[in-house]
Amino acid sequence: MREITLSKAVNEAIAEEMRRDDTIFLIGEDVAEAGTPFKILSGLVEEFGPERIIDTPIAEPGFMGIAVGAAMTGSRPIVDLMFGDFLFLVMDQLCNQAAKTHYMSGGKLNVPLVLRTNLGATRRSAAQHSQSLHALVAHIPGLKVALPSSAYEAKGLLKTAIRDNNPVVIFEDKLMYQDKAEVPEEEFLIPFGVANIKRIGKDVTLIATSSMVQVAEKAADLLALDGISAEVIDPRTIVPLDEETILTSVRKTSRAIVIDEGHQSYGVTAEIASRINEKAFYHLDAPVIRMGAMDVPVPFSPALEDITVPVPESVADNARMLVRGELIHAA
Amino acid sequence: MAPAKKTNSGDYLRMFRQMARIRAFEDNANQLYLSAKMPGLTHMYSGQEAVAVGICEALEDTDKITSTHRGHGHCVAKGAEFKQMFCELLGKEEGYCRGKGGSMHIADQAHGNLGANAIVGGSMGIATGAALSAKRLGKSDVTVCFFGDGATAQGLMYEVMNMAALWKLPVIYACENNLYGEYTKVEETLAGSLTARAEAFGIPSHVVDGQDVLAVNTLTQKLVARCRAGEGPFFIELKTYRYHGHHVGDINREYYRSKEEEKHWKTQRDPIINFGKWLTSEGIANDEELDEIRDEVKADAEAAVTYALDAKYPGQNEVDMHVYAPNAA
Repeated sequence: MREITLSKAVNEAIAEEMRRDDTIFLIGEDVAEAGTPFKILSGLVEEFGPERIIDTPIAEPGFMGIAVGAAMTGSRPIVDLMFGDFLFLVMDQLCNQAAKTHYMSGGKLNVPLVLRTNLGATRRSAAQHSQSLHALVAHIPGLKVALPSSAYEAKGLLKTAIRDNNPVVIFEDKLMYQDKAEVPEEEFLIPFGVANIKRIGKDVTLIATSSMVQVAEKAADLLALDGISAEVIDPRTIVPLDEETILTSVRKTSRAIVIDEGHQSYGVTAEIASRINEKAFYHLDAPVIRMGAMDVPVPFSPALEDITVPVPESVADNARMLVRGELIHAA
Repeated sequence: MAPAKKTNSGDYLRMFRQMARIRAFEDNANQLYLSAKMPGLTHMYSGQEAVAVGICEALEDTDKITSTHRGHGHCVAKGAEFKQMFCELLGKEEGYCRGKGGSMHIADQAHGNLGANAIVGGSMGIATGAALSAKRLGKSDVTVCFFGDGATAQGLMYEVMNMAALWKLPVIYACENNLYGEYTKVEETLAGSLTARAEAFGIPSHVVDGQDVLAVNTLTQKLVARCRAGEGPFFIELKTYRYHGHHVGDINREYYRSKEEEKHWKTQRDPIINFGKWLTSEGIANDEELDEIRDEVKADAEAAVTYALDAKYPGQNEVDMHVYAPNAA
């Protein structure tokens, strides 16, 4: 099968959907001729014109609000938010307006929009261009949240997001834009709420999102050298969450580590770990381990930044301790 | 007020009736609060009726509006029915939003009302986006964004007016300057002039007496036609006054405005009384006919209140319904 970059996969998904549905437009900063700073959208303005690939002033709340109103009135906007960190700028329009409109109107108004943005540290971009803020929006009822972990997921989830009748926030890992993966030529969609079992194992379940899926897979390779068999699960969407696939795996392995690049406290790892504790407690041989980013603003210095996120070695270390029974009484 | 064009007498009487309907709605809503029959609080539109009616009478059903926390007037003026509105205020199943929105979130999509908004200035993006949508999809719809003087302090307004002007969007920003943002006089929160804000973006701006329904309507008709011709956006400052406090519970308010000031507006500047006088002086209606309209809308409002008080609450199974819109299978 052909391999393409995550960046190309996103571009293809948008182009295919825009050819299919004229009500779709894309709006954001430097999305047209510039094709975004990551050059993800190059070529789209040439095909669809500036009426559908709309460059805005640097005004995130403004174009987010405009997208909400357009979505309520027959359009299907794709909002390009250049960095995930800028979510803080659009929170009112996203969380007070887009997320609640369908509910507050008793089901009469829909807001079918996609907010594309990114996450991920270790790009030496410092504290305001490196955050992984998906837990913030996953907390808000009315929003769906997708976390593609490769070019394949990036394309299939984005196409599903564009067709969804609700506001969907999709976070791409900005370090993965040039990573290639097998992506079929023919059309495909990935349904929301269906986790992907990346690797089958029996001793420990590694539940990992987005950028952390690669980390978990590398950890599983390391563990295999020690004769430990790790199962790796990628939820792909955290809202909705495929709880059943996770619980089924944990009931089998009796041990789980949840790995996510958001800050560890009050985050995605805590939510998934809690659900495992509540629903698979008697199957567990050890406490569920959370591995998120350190609870510090992302530092600039490479010497510091690299130690703020989980890496294969740290995941493997925790898994070994779990399997050996060393974490049964962990504080 | 300008001399009447005799052919418009039906329009004039409908404007009178719509203003009287808003006043009757608000009088009843206020009573529901005072008699502890309404959950929560609500914000009265009384005094500002000429703004909503003058503007909405210049719009078609397919034109859109966005409304505010003080939104009952916009909702009535855009075509909503009393029964579903009172049901919504009381959290009943038959409300416009099945009781899930309440006073501050009433939406009436069938008449182009995209909803009231409880975030001050929160709907400016939505209105501008509706205009972008209409332009992109080749519709002739115009969107009116209602907001108060207080909302002009929010940054969102400047971001979206900039884009609306750049992209020539068919949107009218209707600033109801009722002289108070919540409990504070506008002079204490507003530097410079309101219209200069829009003019800075090259948006043609107008100031109009918001107590004069004909002046509001005449101006809006002109601006709507220009929007449809691709000449938007526009900005209007409507000078008006709210008779009640910030909300129905804001009763002892002399610390921020005097009873004399309120009395002056209610007796000298009332949009319904003054329009009624004009209708009689022009021979369009006599006092008896106007009283008949007032009595009719009052009876309608009271009947709707009685209906809504007896109406069912939504079943508890509705609590997690409508969090997400369904997708086609």
